[in-house]
Amino acid sequence: MEQILANGIYLGAQYAMIALGLTLIFALMNVLNFAHGQMYVLGGFVTYTFYGQLGWPFVVALLASCVTLAVLGALIEKFLFAPVIRRSSREESTMLLAAGLAFFFDAIILLVFGEKQRGVPKIVNGVLNWDFRIIMPYDRILICFLAILSIVGFIVFMQYSKTGRALRALAQDRTAAQLMGVNVERYSMIGFAIGAMLAGLVGGLLVTITGVNLGMGGPTSIKAFMMVMIGGAGVISGAIAGGIILGFMEAIGLAVLSQYGDITYLLIFVSLMIFLAIRPQGLMGKPWG
Amino acid sequence: MPRLSMIQWTGLLVFLIAVFVLVPAYIAASGRTDFYYTLTSVALLSIASAGVWLTFYIGRINIGQGAFALIGAYVSAILVTKAGISFWLSLPLAGLFAALVSVLIGVPILRLRGVYFAMITLVLTQVVTLTALALPVTNGAKGITSIPLPGEISVFGLTVIPDFAGLENPRLAFYYTSCALMVLTFAAMYRLVNSRLGHLCRSMQQNEELASSIGVNIAYIRVIVFAISSFLGGIGGAMFGSIAQSVYPSSFQVTDSVNFMLNCFLGGLGYVFGPMLGTLVLYFGWDLLFELGRYQLLVYSGLLIILMLFLPNGLLSLRIRGKGVAGR
Repeated sequence: MEQILANGIYLGAQYAMIALGLTLIFALMNVLNFAHGQMYVLGGFVTYTFYGQLGWPFVVALLASCVTLAVLGALIEKFLFAPVIRRSSREESTMLLAAGLAFFFDAIILLVFGEKQRGVPKIVNGVLNWDFRIIMPYDRILICFLAILSIVGFIVFMQYSKTGRALRALAQDRTAAQLMGVNVERYSMIGFAIGAMLAGLVGGLLVTITGVNLGMGGPTSIKAFMMVMIGGAGVISGAIAGGIILGFMEAIGLAVLSQYGDITYLLIFVSLMIFLAIRPQGLMGKPWG
Repeated sequence: MPRLSMIQWTGLLVFLIAVFVLVPAYIAASGRTDFYYTLTSVALLSIASAGVWLTFYIGRINIGQGAFALIGAYVSAILVTKAGISFWLSLPLAGLFAALVSVLIGVPILRLRGVYFAMITLVLTQVVTLTALALPVTNGAKGITSIPLPGEISVFGLTVIPDFAGLENPRLAFYYTSCALMVLTFAAMYRLVNSRLGHLCRSMQQNEELASSIGVNIAYIRVIVFAISSFLGGIGGAMFGSIAQSVYPSSFQVTDSVNFMLNCFLGGLGYVFGPMLGTLVLYFGWDLLFELGRYQLLVYSGLLIILMLFLPNGLLSLRIRGKGVAGR
């Protein structure tokens, strides 16, 4: 039981971080970022290059992941999403762009890093063994701790900094924010960069445990979509709740249903559909977000 | 009943001649028989994409067509291999079964809108893939293989459709069948869009509350439209399974669902024939770039992004620009 709880917290913390970035981008620009999983993989590969290949300290590699993805996110927003949103007659057109970007990132990752599974040396060795009730490697605990720390940092940033306030205003009402003197274009770019940065950060954190490979992008995007749907699209607390709920469902499902084979995800999907039929806007979302 | 103008009749005639006479003649002359498979795929994928387009027409982003294509493929394959039913009978049954499933699922989820609907349909593709892996009747990851080719249909001893296995060139037969299905589908779509139902759909696309307040039964229409859409997906999937003679849980995946949506976007959402053009361009573009080897995906996705950047309203928006956009 304790083991399931510990696994749930560990999975939930990392999932919540992925969902945060996605929901931030959605809240600001109404863009469903299909390329989010690919951004996560890219972040993992950057950390792998700096930490695993070049032997730089892990923290530096993690920072490199964040910076790379933030710059990439800002450029994508400025030169791709903003013009398409301006020109297109339907806002769904950005979905095609996002899907194209997902393919594009896949192609780049394939060309630059290849299709092999890549791993890095452990950051800390050893396993916590609490009376055989909880068994968890120290590096997982460290990553979980770092993930929770980043989530708290993100919330504090959104609540108390000037940028965070501007972003929240933008998410609430774009026109009103503009009328109050918020530079909408600049803050959309910053928001997109932060969303991409979060994906890169979690990719960099997780590469130390799960490793990274080309095929992880798509499934990660789908999981992130599910978390966002559980919590409600465009709501930060919802994304965190969704991440933790999905993490626990997965941990419990894998522990209880393991003898039935690969049925956990089927059950999660089906219960999600039933849940959404009853409460279409998710736990905390605005109706019709 | 919409009346076609002289130009439209000519266009239709040219199109039919091109599809049924010129293309086979060209392929026979050039010996590029691999084009049959490509074009057959285009025809079938455009049928499924037409379904997605129809859900776009009521203002829903549908990324779940892969699910219904997979359902259709499995239903047809199971009926043909286990129950021994003729393929030609299993084809409409596959479509009807997909439509039935879509009604059951659609009643609750069609209440969702915007990205919520998009995301839940995306999840739906995953659900069907996992169900196919888990159920015993679908044979799990091994899939259903060596499905027999479509058999003969005869009316009063007169052969209407010959046995595909006995033909010397089944690929040509599949090409004709798929193109015929495609023409039928798009004729039906054109008729539907210009009918009363089409007008009601357009009113829903613009504002569901308003449509509802002036007496449009929106709950009924969206389920009907979703059912038609899934029917087309099921037909396309079943035909695909028959050509490949095998169905696996991975036959239609999330990527395929996304591609169906992209086909519609690329062709243009305001135009009935958008999905056909979008499928042709995307599928052929992908095939033509094959010679680039490892750079194929890079160039393909790069082109997709550039296209979106300069023509965010689809390819057909080029033609109608300045004349006032129809259907919006």
